[in-house]
Amino acid sequence: MDELKHTVRAGLWTSNPALVQVLGLCPLLAITTTAVNGFALGVATTAVLVVTNTVISLVRRTLVPVVRIPLFVLVIASLVTCIDLLTNAFLHELHQVLGLFIPLIVTNCAILAQAETVASRQRVSISAASGLAAGLGFCIVLVALGAMRELAGQGTLLAGTGLLLDAEEDPFRIELPFGGVLAAVLPPGAFFGLAVLLAIRNLLVRDEASAERFPIAQEPAGAAERSS
Amino acid sequence: MDMPNASVVKTLVCVGLVAAGAALLVTGSYEASRERIAANERERLLESLASVLDPKLRERDLEPTHLTVTDRELLGTDDPVDVFVITDANGHPEAVILVPTAPDGYNAPIRLLVGLSPDGVLTGVRVLSHRETPGLGDAIELRKSRWILQFDGKSLGDPPAERWAVEKDGGAFQGLTGATITPRAIVRAVRNALVYFERHRDELYDAAARAAAATTD
Repeated sequence: MDELKHTVRAGLWTSNPALVQVLGLCPLLAITTTAVNGFALGVATTAVLVVTNTVISLVRRTLVPVVRIPLFVLVIASLVTCIDLLTNAFLHELHQVLGLFIPLIVTNCAILAQAETVASRQRVSISAASGLAAGLGFCIVLVALGAMRELAGQGTLLAGTGLLLDAEEDPFRIELPFGGVLAAVLPPGAFFGLAVLLAIRNLLVRDEASAERFPIAQEPAGAAERSS
Repeated sequence: MDMPNASVVKTLVCVGLVAAGAALLVTGSYEASRERIAANERERLLESLASVLDPKLRERDLEPTHLTVTDRELLGTDDPVDVFVITDANGHPEAVILVPTAPDGYNAPIRLLVGLSPDGVLTGVRVLSHRETPGLGDAIELRKSRWILQFDGKSLGDPPAERWAVEKDGGAFQGLTGATITPRAIVRAVRNALVYFERHRDELYDAAARAAAATTD
């Protein structure tokens, strides 16, 4: 039980894929123009993470260690393709909303990181739980960043909820009395927004015991490169 | 991690097996989903035909005559392209809908729905399917922005041929913030569809009349 708790905490907070590992920046920065877009990518990523972690954990003993990384990539790419095709065929309405995001998930190295650090070493239940937790952790950051950029860039919040709920209007859309700054929607806004979120997290963990071993402080360049 | 030489065979076998398994998985789901996906898209196509017609025609029960044509140059794909011709009770054409492809979308070809009046004026353009970047290029969808509506009422002479481009290239059409390739691809595809219609208008009407006669006989 402790192991499970630890896994969930790791995905959501102590090694959150976006805020601590700083992985998956390519989809993260590109998509988070609105909170709803962030949420959609987050849900799709979570689903893919659970499936890939489960499958890789199932076959982990048969994979030869020296070639494990290319094999992970192969397994992840095929699974994402299958998920894309099958949702398009059998969950067509959902695919209309999430379909655009699925191919982007292949570029998310957080999935490869999960395969390498968790799924190839842990039993299936822990791997699946870890995928779920890391996916949710990623999703929360996406929504937060999306909301920030949407507020600053367009002066709205929750625009586009109608797409998710298949309604004509956006039922929860909030309009602010100012227009917003375009820069927040463009790529630089994504970097600034992420920097603000990272700073907030750093502030929160400063007093925690774990603060001394803080991965982003040690190898930010390497982590960012891998995610492109 | 210290691998003796003997394990080269084992490694190759493992890679081969995983690759074969992955290929099987992808092929299997492609085969299992192909017909469903085509049927889903077809259904959506028929549902959305009315959206690109003149508002006066939208209220009527439409019985479009369905043709397929091929023109790689102007319609953007080697595959047969759907054309729907709508005629009045006397068989006079009232509207034509083309389903061309913009082959040079940012991530993948973009399928369009282009509605025309018989004299070649655009009554509506919509995006049927695309893979553009969410948050940037996907503003070509009507449910995300009104960008696509700027084609309404345009024709080959309005704006003049050399102004059928996005503003960035000196044309008459607005671009999209943060997306350059997507609007360019769509403007070009719409213009090409208009050119195709101008060149083949009479053939299309003849073929539609023959097809309609064949079904009523």
